[in-house]
Amino acid sequence: MSKYMIRHDPLRCISCKACEVHCQVKNRTAAGVKPGVLITAGPDRLLDKVQVLSAFRPCFHCEKPWCVAICPTGAMVKRAEDGWVHVVRSLCVGCRACVGACPWKVPQWDESTGRVVKCDGCFDRVAQGLHPACVAGCTTHALSFSRPNENVRKVRLLYAKSLLVVKDAG
Amino acid sequence: MPAKTVYSVCGMCPVRCPIEVDVENGESRFIQGNRQVPSIRGALCTRGAAGIPFVRDDERPQFPMLRKGERGEGRWQRLSWEEALSHAAEKLSEVRDRYGSRSILWSDTGGPFSDLRQAFVRGLGSPNYFSEESVQGVNRQHAALSLFGFTDDRLVLDLKNAREVVLQARNLFESVHIQQANDLLDGLENGGRLTVVDVRATVTSGKADRFFLIRPGTDYALNMAVIHTLLKHKLYDTAYAEKWIADLDELGRMAGAFSPEIAAAETGIKAADIEALAQDLAKAAPRVVWHPGWRTARYADSFFVCRTVLIINVLLGSVGARGGLPLALRPEDVGQKGLNRFIGLFPPVTEQRADGVPWKYPAFEGGPGLLQEALGAVHSGDPYPVKACITYQQDPLAELPDPQKLISFFANLDLLVCATSAWSETAWHADLVLPLSPYLERESLIAQLNGIQPTLLLRRRCAHPRFDTRADWEIIGGLARKLGMESLAFASAEDIWKFQLDGTGVRLQDFDAKGLVELTGRPHYERLTEGFRFPTDSGKIEMVSFRSRRQGLPSLGVYAPKNRPAAGTFRLTLGGCGLHSDGHTVNNPLLHKQMPENVLWMNQAAAAALGIADGETVAVSVQDRSGRIKARLSEFIHPEAAFMVPGFGRILPTESRAFGRGLAANRLMPGGLDIRDPSGGGLALQEHVITVRKL
Repeated sequence: MSKYMIRHDPLRCISCKACEVHCQVKNRTAAGVKPGVLITAGPDRLLDKVQVLSAFRPCFHCEKPWCVAICPTGAMVKRAEDGWVHVVRSLCVGCRACVGACPWKVPQWDESTGRVVKCDGCFDRVAQGLHPACVAGCTTHALSFSRPNENVRKVRLLYAKSLLVVKDAG
Repeated sequence: MPAKTVYSVCGMCPVRCPIEVDVENGESRFIQGNRQVPSIRGALCTRGAAGIPFVRDDERPQFPMLRKGERGEGRWQRLSWEEALSHAAEKLSEVRDRYGSRSILWSDTGGPFSDLRQAFVRGLGSPNYFSEESVQGVNRQHAALSLFGFTDDRLVLDLKNAREVVLQARNLFESVHIQQANDLLDGLENGGRLTVVDVRATVTSGKADRFFLIRPGTDYALNMAVIHTLLKHKLYDTAYAEKWIADLDELGRMAGAFSPEIAAAETGIKAADIEALAQDLAKAAPRVVWHPGWRTARYADSFFVCRTVLIINVLLGSVGARGGLPLALRPEDVGQKGLNRFIGLFPPVTEQRADGVPWKYPAFEGGPGLLQEALGAVHSGDPYPVKACITYQQDPLAELPDPQKLISFFANLDLLVCATSAWSETAWHADLVLPLSPYLERESLIAQLNGIQPTLLLRRRCAHPRFDTRADWEIIGGLARKLGMESLAFASAEDIWKFQLDGTGVRLQDFDAKGLVELTGRPHYERLTEGFRFPTDSGKIEMVSFRSRRQGLPSLGVYAPKNRPAAGTFRLTLGGCGLHSDGHTVNNPLLHKQMPENVLWMNQAAAAALGIADGETVAVSVQDRSGRIKARLSEFIHPEAAFMVPGFGRILPTESRAFGRGLAANRLMPGGLDIRDPSGGGLALQEHVITVRKL
């Protein structure tokens, strides 16, 4: 896994697919190539309620990525510093071995360039302190991006504050 | 590293959200919502995300074009801007000399950037400036006018702080308004509750605590039953009513017969559920928002639906309340001076409008007007000939019903000019196409947004135009110069902005930090205090509308029971979606890929009775109109309804992706220009019954 995380909150998600389009625009992909996909289904009855269901699937950035293991040219790599799995474009020869190897078929074949495109967590944006494109533009803030320890720090702080408030009141 | 961030305003749909654009080497690279605007916090919807592919696309008008063959034949001659503007000015002068200034009609998108265009029309001496509200919100606007004396743009929807929200035929999470959607989700997370009333299950109804699958066309009966219940059980805010409502007994008389039981028989919603809704709303009052709707040009009684929605909000005391519908503040309400207006440079035109507002229709307001009536004057020459039509970013042939008939009206025009950034059906039939730069390649006027925090918003140019296109102020300025209206011809956008800001105390550099300027330090919820007067005759909210009465119309009509469509026929219902903005985006490379065509939503059981399976192409017909479309079956759509997203079925060879995909809903509306809501002036787009057959 990468040390960062993209979370999807289905209660806020409106299945609008802005995440897919923000990703495509940022990565300048061909119209049919989607590094991140939002799967939607319905309206269907679930728990006595008719609703539209959704799940966001960019890349899992596996701990032991099969796409990396099978890539014959070393184009698919896992970055040591943060765990993002990505394609080095200049090394990709378009053999599509990674597409076959990935259990979730995450790598996308772009026939306009003859290369593979894959979610790289927008590490260029992340390096600038920004969120990945899908998260940055999400219409309803259903996607969130967390950096390591960020949540932990927040929870700790809230807990500590609550103690102080109680003490104050006493 | 992006070279720079430009703050601007989205132009993919009429909502116009504030955006920030990463620009590198003179090219827009990434857009998101303006992160410094707390209500959206960087969010930008699917259509907005696809703004850059729209700019990069070559399939849009790239230079001024003069028609060579017949209208709609598609033979064009490229012109320079100098030639194009001279041609337009010459033709407009000819029409003006022969038939008078009033024979020039301008049809616009309206909205907060339209002042200069309105000024141009006034400067020409024509009273005929219109927007497309008669297929959008005109019933809602006139309903507000009949109650409050002002239109509903003076009301803010405080969805974030509301405890109960009702969305009736307002599919907010698909036909997205980013701020409203986020406000509502925030409110729901904090314990607010949502009721959705619609003819089919949607993403929006899926997030509701209560969903009423209503029989199409019966919303008025539901609303009257809610009013009936609120009055009968004294659930309304009596103190508020005492102070602010005129003729409450009249309302009691009008709603007296509408028991929930009677409404239940019409709507298919259980009487007990209607009562429970009214009870819950009363408990939450005044923190209630019954959304006044977006597209309200639906049925022949939609004005009454809009009016009853507003009345319910009033009875609960939510108009003027935090968590309800607080009043929008204008700059003058917070002790500031508003923008200078270009329209003030010319005296008002005293000539009668071609649509009959208000001389024939005193209940209505001149602002957006009734476009179908004005286009009717093109056809009939009554009340006078209308011989030149200029459309701005607007496509009557795709947006109004019965384009077949409209095209025959256009035969009477000596001149049809389209200023547009994308191809449109109307542009294809025009004599002259003036290509407007896409919103990322043009500036606009400073917009003044009234609200709980009045704000000035600036659209800047993010990149230079890729093609020989121009901004609206450049086009208007060019035409104005040739027609002797020097006061509307500006050398630069800065000069325009300086004119608008002069004396307001706001400087252009004040927009640098975040692209907009808030005129108050923080949001302010103004209360209805002693001495407040609504701009009506009584100074109160009027249950009996003097405006309607002047036009010989009832304030709330008798509910006419709706016919049940015969077997194999369905009431055609329409609505937006998250991926397209009517016909304007269907050829966008990424949005087309997301949704290449529309489908016909049908009830599963009703379709099964006709032998139709999910995904099958079916034949649809109305009188002599017909077409084919794929069926999308759902258990959760009312069996009397068939639903489509409008704007598809394009037939322009210049749009390779959208060409021939899906079906145009407005071509299934024979006679639709004459089917309207007499009380509100809107077209009744859902009073058409289609026959669906298996192929």
